[in-house]
Amino acid sequence: MVPVSYYLVLSGILFACGVLGFLIKRNIITIFMSIELMLNGVNLSFVAFAAHWQKFSGQVFVFFVMVVAAAEAAVGLAIIIAVFRTRETLNVDQVNLLKL
Amino acid sequence: MLHLVLFLVFGAICVAGAINLLAQTHPISSALSLVVVMASLAVEYLLLGAEFVAAVQVIVYAGAVMVLFVFVIMLLNAGAEERTKGSHVALALGVPSVLAGGLLVAWTLLKRSDTGTVALGSLHGDPKTIASLLFHEFLLPFEITSILVLIAIMGAVVLASRPDLKPPGGKES
Repeated sequence: MVPVSYYLVLSGILFACGVLGFLIKRNIITIFMSIELMLNGVNLSFVAFAAHWQKFSGQVFVFFVMVVAAAEAAVGLAIIIAVFRTRETLNVDQVNLLKL
Repeated sequence: MLHLVLFLVFGAICVAGAINLLAQTHPISSALSLVVVMASLAVEYLLLGAEFVAAVQVIVYAGAVMVLFVFVIMLLNAGAEERTKGSHVALALGVPSVLAGGLLVAWTLLKRSDTGTVALGSLHGDPKTIASLLFHEFLLPFEITSILVLIAIMGAVVLASRPDLKPPGGKES
């Protein structure tokens, strides 16, 4: 018997790690991986609440989040390839055309 | 007891992989630690009775999405990360507020919530159950996500294609 709140705390830790990676990392691919980490943390809380309420709708929502994440990964990595082709860099600090 | 031990072991592996993702400078090391995180999350899903979700997590996330990441890292020949000065405001405000928010949420969940406990094997999210939900109650969202994936495929092809290259077999002009 494990309290549901333990799972929620684990998902919170994963989400916080994702946010920290988003803020700290400078490589655009690693920043993208931090976003995937955040999505995984949210998925864990969906599954934990599905177990708490004894309903399967939460697990179906995890399925939808995974589909959106896969689509996002495909488009995002294509954008990264396009950025690398024009700017010749993966460092987000050097992609600053919109900066004043 | 076994449930708690399994939860703690794989939760620790999960958090260690997430911290290693932040600590590594080379993107391929970060990608491999993300695979560790996703695989141990699949075990956590199994403990919560989400069997189908655990299988999809391993196949789609740890398999397909991470292969895509590793392939792009290989394609762009990404080396170790350069340390450049980022936004000071984001670091000075973001990191403390993330830590404070995380601690507040954890304290609230552990001390002030009355969510019950979950027993091993109290819920069986097998493919039959998930499929009957997916094709009856959630049929419209399911069809919309299929259109979303189709658009994502076309968008990825358009974004990643090089306009200066002629398609193979195309007429020379």
